[in-house]
Amino acid sequence: MAENEKKIKIKIDGIPTEVPEGTTILNAARQIGGEIVPPAMCYYTSLEETGGKCRTCLVKVSKGSDQNPKPMPKLVPSCRTTVMEGMEVENITNPDVLEARKGVVEFLLINHPLDCPVCDQAGECDLQDLSYEHGLQETRFNYVKRTFERIDIGDKIQLHMNRCIMCYRCLYVADQLTEKREHGVLFRGVKSEISTYIEKALDSDFIGNVIDVCPVGALTDRTFRFKNRVWFTKPVNAHRECDKCSGNVTLWYKGEEVLRVTGRKDEYAEVHEFICDTCRFDKKKTSDWVIESPKKVQHTSVIASNHYEELKPPSVIKENKKLQESNKEQLSRSERYK
Amino acid sequence: MSRKLLYEHINVPGIETFEVYRQKGGYRAVEKALSSMSPEDVLEEVKASGLRGRGGAGFPTGMKWSFLAKPEGVPRHLVCNADESEPGTFKDRHLMTFIPHLLIEGMIISSFALGAKDSYIYVRGEMMPQIRILEKAIAEAKEAGFLGENILGKGYDLEIHVSPGAGAYICGEETALLESLEGKRGNPRIKPPFPAVSGLYNRPTVVNNVETISATVPIINDGGEEYAKVGEGRSTGTKLISACGNLKKPGVYEIEMGLSVEEFIYSDEYCGGIARGKQLKAVVAGGSSVPILPANLITTTANGEKRLMTYESLAEGGFETGTMLGSGGFIAFDEDQCIVRNTLNFARFYAHESCGQCSPCREGTFWLDKVLYDIEYGKGSQSDIDLLVNIAHNIEGNTICPLGDAAAWPVASAVRHFREEFEWHISHPEEAQTRNFGVGPYADPLVSTVTE
Repeated sequence: MAENEKKIKIKIDGIPTEVPEGTTILNAARQIGGEIVPPAMCYYTSLEETGGKCRTCLVKVSKGSDQNPKPMPKLVPSCRTTVMEGMEVENITNPDVLEARKGVVEFLLINHPLDCPVCDQAGECDLQDLSYEHGLQETRFNYVKRTFERIDIGDKIQLHMNRCIMCYRCLYVADQLTEKREHGVLFRGVKSEISTYIEKALDSDFIGNVIDVCPVGALTDRTFRFKNRVWFTKPVNAHRECDKCSGNVTLWYKGEEVLRVTGRKDEYAEVHEFICDTCRFDKKKTSDWVIESPKKVQHTSVIASNHYEELKPPSVIKENKKLQESNKEQLSRSERYK
Repeated sequence: MSRKLLYEHINVPGIETFEVYRQKGGYRAVEKALSSMSPEDVLEEVKASGLRGRGGAGFPTGMKWSFLAKPEGVPRHLVCNADESEPGTFKDRHLMTFIPHLLIEGMIISSFALGAKDSYIYVRGEMMPQIRILEKAIAEAKEAGFLGENILGKGYDLEIHVSPGAGAYICGEETALLESLEGKRGNPRIKPPFPAVSGLYNRPTVVNNVETISATVPIINDGGEEYAKVGEGRSTGTKLISACGNLKKPGVYEIEMGLSVEEFIYSDEYCGGIARGKQLKAVVAGGSSVPILPANLITTTANGEKRLMTYESLAEGGFETGTMLGSGGFIAFDEDQCIVRNTLNFARFYAHESCGQCSPCREGTFWLDKVLYDIEYGKGSQSDIDLLVNIAHNIEGNTICPLGDAAAWPVASAVRHFREEFEWHISHPEEAQTRNFGVGPYADPLVSTVTE
């Protein structure tokens, strides 16, 4: 970052921070970290133009900017709203935001099968985490859910539309990483589905990344399906020389066996260096890789059930009286982990 | 007899042809604008007229035009939104069918004011006859030298292209319309950037309704000040209202803004009252997406004033006791109509037309449809009514485009004003299948039960 680049001062939930011009509210919140980061199901940092669709990251802008201090009339998607000088944002301190988010989570779940016990994504599913945080204890939806048949798109990837939340991330992967996008959205409304044209197979060097970006279990790795639960595997960072991609991956071990290979996900489950399909599907021997270190796993993740990292007390809420008061529910939940 | 600005010559035989339209003073506005006015002058006239968007939101047109970015060397576009698909609204189709040259003339003036050299009319795909009519009108205008290169020798070039949609209501939303016009899936874009900065092919674009663009013709002919004299307060000029439902004389009427709703329904000049001597029960005043009002609230506002056909008066009382002028789709219901069934019908429409891009709208509209279906067919429970309100509340304001609001408002308002009828449907499931609730208390003179 250049020295002379303009910094913008904003406040999120009363916590001041400075970020470069053009940063979105979501990324500014991520720089602060902790409980005040809005959840995001469709936004993906390393894919352009993603975001704005799932509406889980809605926040209240209580002060537009120093120039125009009026609050924004509606809740705004923090992933697509850029910061302005003097902006004040309320996320977990605003009851309207929390209520809207609960509503969105409920909407996302009404057509989601809730078959986590038989879903491969369980344990590393963004929707699972989200509903644990914000979902209701019971369903108010007493109707038949929409259903689709499973489709094998190519010999390595399976699409199960029942679980899809229409984040559109996999379309952006195909648009931005591969030469030609061969899948898209068919139909509209609740009937809309991700599909290929007459079940054509997806075949491209980087198409495997759709599995990594899928926030739910709609796109899964056929070479890993039902082999194991993620929390029984041990993630290890490794690399190899690859002429197509960076070769930086995470290997998921069960005993001595490499069960699957994925990109390296950060704490927001986002991959920044996409890997090629050769690394993902064809190199499943320890001898193919140079092992670096065990992958750090957040203590809140079930993958950490028998893992390494120290438990940390909740970072932000603990120090801020105002946040403590308005987030009793969340605080008690985080306290439990201690 | 009220003043007609758009439909003065609508009943002249052959007005759809260039010759007759020209004889009746057509294309005078183009001659005036191109020979004696600069684009800025046209913009000033439109600003002075106080014209507001006729597509539903009622945003001042002059202000919208002045937001258009004008970077050097980048073409700008005017797009006419003729994707009229709102249940209850059919004014644009009427205008395009019977007096297409009015739209073409308005397109020329507006494009001149905005500096657009390629303008588009995006017509709903189902309106194939209207597409042919417009294409014929464009060919006639071109023949007469009002379109093409160097119009009237004044050095201004303009081409108008007619583009058919593929049958999606969502493509009436301006950014979805632009996506569709570019040949993509009609998903609304996330704003900002607004079309005025980055619209069609990422160029500055203005999207206006058919009626808005047509209204620039009388504005240029008579001057903006003169136009602003018609109407009431900030609702200037005339408005096309497409009246339908249980009325004696449904149809498209041009009214002066400020006409009272009561006169519009009952006077013989307009709708002529309720058909078959029945009683008015409810009115949807501006197309299916605006809140529905019971008869006692549509003729008088909650504080006892006469309700007028203006943007402000219809919205008087906010969403508690008011509605919106919207796109002018006036639907009247008599005592035999079932509000629950009508709400289900609207909810089903929005569930079918949601693009499926953002979750509250995609899932919420689907859910509303399911719950309303159960209530209508005698399978509902009393808690479903509050559930409906809650779902509508969770959709409203949280979506990318206004379709979510449009789906939520009719349901929320129907429950707000017609709760007894919903409760009766649930408590008398079998009876509700055989007869309707009737007019109930909804046509009584305003009593305190409706104030919240």
